Amino acid sequence: MLSVSGLTKRFEDLTVMEGFDLTLRRGGFTTLIGPSGCGKSTLFDVLTGVFPRDSGRISWLGEDIPDLMGRAAYMQQKDLLLPWLSLIDNAMLPATIASAPTSRGSREKALSLFRRLDLDDFEGYTPAKVSGGMRQRCALVRTLMFEHELVLLDEPLSSLDAITRRGLQGVLMLLQSEFNKTILMITHDIEEGLLLSDELLVLTPMPMRVRERFVLDMPKAGRSSNPELLKIKEHVLEELEGETRGEI
Amino acid sequence: MEKSNWISLALVAAVIVIWELACLWLEIPDFILPPPSEVAKVTIVKASIILPHAGVTALEIIAGILLSLLVAVPLATVMFAVPSLERAFSPFLVASQAVPVFALAPLLVIWLGYGLASKVLMAAIIIFFPITVSLLEGYKNCDREYAVFFDLMGAGFWKKLRLLYWPWALPYFFSGLKVGVTVATIGAVIGEWVGAQRGLGYLMIQANARLQVSLVFAAIVWLSAMGLALWAFVGFLEKKVIDWK
Repeated sequence: MLSVSGLTKRFEDLTVMEGFDLTLRRGGFTTLIGPSGCGKSTLFDVLTGVFPRDSGRISWLGEDIPDLMGRAAYMQQKDLLLPWLSLIDNAMLPATIASAPTSRGSREKALSLFRRLDLDDFEGYTPAKVSGGMRQRCALVRTLMFEHELVLLDEPLSSLDAITRRGLQGVLMLLQSEFNKTILMITHDIEEGLLLSDELLVLTPMPMRVRERFVLDMPKAGRSSNPELLKIKEHVLEELEGETRGEI
Repeated sequence: MEKSNWISLALVAAVIVIWELACLWLEIPDFILPPPSEVAKVTIVKASIILPHAGVTALEIIAGILLSLLVAVPLATVMFAVPSLERAFSPFLVASQAVPVFALAPLLVIWLGYGLASKVLMAAIIIFFPITVSLLEGYKNCDREYAVFFDLMGAGFWKKLRLLYWPWALPYFFSGLKVGVTVATIGAVIGEWVGAQRGLGYLMIQANARLQVSLVFAAIVWLSAMGLALWAFVGFLEKKVIDWK
């Protein structure tokens, strides 16, 4: 579905990534994990066209494209909800921008997603009046309102406490299982990556490239106690800790 | 009432008491400095003379505010939308404030006459600067992450302006408007001093010439009350409009 090859991005003398390759299959859940500051978020910025790339190709359904602007939904650590809009109006922003806020379908879709994510009864509240977990769920509804098949998640749960986070990991799984989205997620949390993904890519420090690839083809239920995944977790942690020690 | 409000009231009361006692003990004549009790008496007793003039000044100020809004909001928006225009307009904007309104007042009276227009324009010149600068600052202060997010949603400039930049800048806009309305009286009164047949500034000049200093103070009380009322009204509007804070 999405193929990235030879992607290179430099900021003056700093080479953030060089010859970066990535392929996403339709309906898959791919997680990128790497040392802090390795350039993961810059990858998303380059993919979405916020920063121009220096070289490399981005191919979408076999066709070369300049960037993913208008083709991918994006959700990040900050919920980016507008404080002056109610939760439902925030969720409907993609429809409002597409000039279809009054269409009955958009509102009904948003309301049904609110119900699905246990946000019903809160649609009229402003973001300041609800918890961090509810704000992230609202941001997730907004992501689903994009109607884009590809969803980019940049550490979407990292600002939340452990319990809220666990609940929302289940909601992220729904993105794939219920809404048939193709997901590319950045996370610092190796466990989160192993629980949710079909494919885990471990990245090197700058200049960023894929160091190791793990295909996780076991069922998602019961993964937390799967011995094979525990081994992968130990292995990846050792690698990442090795990088951190190297930096120190 | 909050503690800070009590302190403000106590300070005002202290100044009034000291002023009253000083006039009494130092036997200052009324035509030099009337005591606050005399000012209060004149403010009420001569209300029928002061009110029509206050009405004219209030009209000039309100029209000045509306005119300045008509100029400031589009100007700040255009300067934000086109950075090269911001760089081009900025020197003129600063220059408009570097020239004292006192210097412009006689010219505006010659060009626009003794009626409302010259005073309205004078008030507008003073008000439009803080509104323009504050609103522009508010637009520019918008978090870049939100702007990028709107780009990703495919929003064009006007949609971003309506849905993101304008609400984001509203607190800044109201700060500028609050400053503007409190100084608006200066423009109107200066215009009336230079050439008018009505208004509190005109009344003050007339009273001053007749050594009716109590009436001058009464006009000042009315002007201050108008400034405070406008400030409170803008504060009320701000709370109504920015209800998400």
